[in-house]
Amino acid sequence: MASKALSHLRICDFTGQLAGAGATKFLAAFGAQVIRIEDPVRQGRWDILRGLPPFVDERRGIDQGGAFNNHNVEKLGVTLNLRKERGRQLLRQLIEVSDVVSENFAAGVLERMGFGYEALRTIKGDIIYVSNCGFGHHGPYSEFKTWGPIVQAVSGLTFSSALAGREPAGWGYSYMDHTGGYFMAIAILMALRHRNRTGEGQAIDLSCTDAGATLNGPALLDYTVNGRPLRRDGMPDSNRSQHPAMAPHGIYPSKGEDEWIAIACRSDADWQSLAAEIGEPWVGEQHFRELAGRLREQDALDVRIGEWTASQERFALALRLRAAGIPAAAVAKPGERIDDDSNTEDWGLWPEVKHSAMGTVRADGLPVHHSESDWSVERGGPCLGEHNQQVFGGLLGLDARELEALRAEGVI
Amino acid sequence: MSDAPSTNDGALAGLRVVELSSERGAWAGKLLADMGAEVIVVEPPGGDPMRRYGPFLEDRPGSERSLYWWHYNTSKLGVTLELDSAKDRKRLLGLIATADLLIECEPPGVMAARGLSYEELCAVRADLIAISITSFGSSDLRSAEPATDLTILAGGGPVWNCGYDDHSLPPVRGGGNQGFHTACHYAVMSALVALLVRDETGLGQHIDVNMHAAANVTTEAGSYEWLVARGTVQRQTGRHAAQNPTLPTQIECADGRHVNTGVPPTRPAQFLGLHRWLRDLGWLEEFPEAFLLELGAEREFIDLAKIAEDPELMAIFGAGREAQNLIASRLSAYDFFLGSQQRGLPVGIIYAPEEVLEDPHFRARGFPTEVEHPELARSFVYPGAPYRFEKSPWRISRRAPMLGEHNELIFRPLEEQLP
Repeated sequence: MASKALSHLRICDFTGQLAGAGATKFLAAFGAQVIRIEDPVRQGRWDILRGLPPFVDERRGIDQGGAFNNHNVEKLGVTLNLRKERGRQLLRQLIEVSDVVSENFAAGVLERMGFGYEALRTIKGDIIYVSNCGFGHHGPYSEFKTWGPIVQAVSGLTFSSALAGREPAGWGYSYMDHTGGYFMAIAILMALRHRNRTGEGQAIDLSCTDAGATLNGPALLDYTVNGRPLRRDGMPDSNRSQHPAMAPHGIYPSKGEDEWIAIACRSDADWQSLAAEIGEPWVGEQHFRELAGRLREQDALDVRIGEWTASQERFALALRLRAAGIPAAAVAKPGERIDDDSNTEDWGLWPEVKHSAMGTVRADGLPVHHSESDWSVERGGPCLGEHNQQVFGGLLGLDARELEALRAEGVI
Repeated sequence: MSDAPSTNDGALAGLRVVELSSERGAWAGKLLADMGAEVIVVEPPGGDPMRRYGPFLEDRPGSERSLYWWHYNTSKLGVTLELDSAKDRKRLLGLIATADLLIECEPPGVMAARGLSYEELCAVRADLIAISITSFGSSDLRSAEPATDLTILAGGGPVWNCGYDDHSLPPVRGGGNQGFHTACHYAVMSALVALLVRDETGLGQHIDVNMHAAANVTTEAGSYEWLVARGTVQRQTGRHAAQNPTLPTQIECADGRHVNTGVPPTRPAQFLGLHRWLRDLGWLEEFPEAFLLELGAEREFIDLAKIAEDPELMAIFGAGREAQNLIASRLSAYDFFLGSQQRGLPVGIIYAPEEVLEDPHFRARGFPTEVEHPELARSFVYPGAPYRFEKSPWRISRRAPMLGEHNELIFRPLEEQLP
């Protein structure tokens, strides 16, 4: 059953990819009526994920994209050609009955279509307009284009992910598309709360690079307060922990091909426990006894620990270390954490959704549960124009003949 | 508490949040506090362990000198309570009776053992929204096991995706406590949903945030390649992990700094831009594939899905990347970034975090934010707003609280209310 938590809210949604679609997915999972507006002329291809892999089988096409489905579960989808006046008229009608307009176009795109915030406000006085773009709507780079990896690069997050003395490793996925989406959902929800309290809507300019730059706070303050940049010899070294200082703290080889285990000692007591588990003479060396010494000798310490872990099975070793009170985890591969992990399974983290074209597919669920108004993810992402009848007919009241005419004229 | 709206209040003005201090939940409290909620962070009398995390002001440790504490606790009020003492537990209950939200990160069972279970909290505040952030959710015994940001990100998926092409090197945990941040983002999103639900129904509720699950659903293709097609992605330097290797996107420029070219040129206008850029730099003669850029510029539309069956398109695509590589190797990272973007090519300079603060765009947006430290008679620059609210702005209203700084302010009115 669909969640009722936000079922009183309607979102006129131009978002796509993950940075935008991820935000409205969260709201849709809690029951908000999210109506995706897509361009029938380009068959919704502005969202490149529509037709891209992964695919469930040999079928291809704009209704077969697995990533698109993942980010758009529980949403409705309509097509609307905004080049035509009739299309713009229908959009105005939709905005009149919406609480929020959301988009993650490049800055200025919606305004050029005639639907900037000032225009939106004349249609619906208390509308909430949230834009998420790479560099925001103001500033010298506002026209610049981004993808997740570009946002991560400019905001400092790529740089801060690296092994010592090597080029940045960065993020092997669009961390800031996910996280930009989280900030966007937060912004929408906060603006709704402000509207509940004051009756007023507003425009929100979310710059994804600004948001990303807030996520390295202690390193930034080390620079602004102490004058110490993160770009310095031996740094960054992100498998280690500088703040708080921990040693050993790293990712070590384990038995098998490309298999690894993460181990962290938070304190001298954790180290004593690990030393007891290792049980080799070297662990008693005086300079390893206290944190300062372990930090100083960290390279040598890591080599020794790596030699000890290399012959052991990572899941069994992690279990043994945690039982001894030491934080440890096998570096989990996708299949292991999705199919062989009782925690994610018991949580219901990978719900099966029914997609009108793809059939039954699993998708990312939500890592939260609410005792009174929990989320629900059952319906797959919308096929192109799948809900034209429901939205233009049911919601806006057009009859079958009018809908047919709109199709014939290329409006929907 | 007055709920009358006034101009320039943050979006969460009038909301009272009690946060039991923890490195795991501090970011959630900050996100709420910087938007105007009154967030009261409750520490043990000796101070939260975060106060002992570096970096420190002038590199000298001290409970009021931790920049880590400063960053994660802006705009909050601070009180101290000994939650193992009956007297202080009563004070906490008195405080919670006045609160809308509670954020706590204790392992399962700890709150109940103190007589502070969700049910007991509801007895003093019926419509309380209580958020528990735990490693594996409040019903999994694994939440009582030791875990850190590193082990959460390793077990939850992100680490598998990140690292280098050379797989003899370990995979990499991205820096900056992003495992904690991700759980906090979900905690805040969920708390706000619950707040809107309370506005409609009057009901409070308990929210269970699972850090391991939060990491699991923040890996993009890492999860959905497996969910949809049972594919396993493999890590690559500076770009998306993928089942099959893709071409590098991270380039070292002439000044030794790096840029990321993200998705390579695919639009005809981008090929034209690259061709003209080479011409303007006088390097066209040195780039034999220049004619491919012209072919790309002449195409009406480029469909990447057709690349495998169109050898010319494959060549055009490759020439675009090669042209970028050539130009990047001869310009500084900043000039390459600017020049690319001015030609419609989505390229990013790889900044160290502090370099963002010196960049003209971020300065023009007012991102670097001065925060007064009256006790030091100084002010310092902090990272600024993640979002710009036109009517209910983000704002750091005060520096992080000193230990027990607001005990008097917060507890005296509560004690005056006691019979």
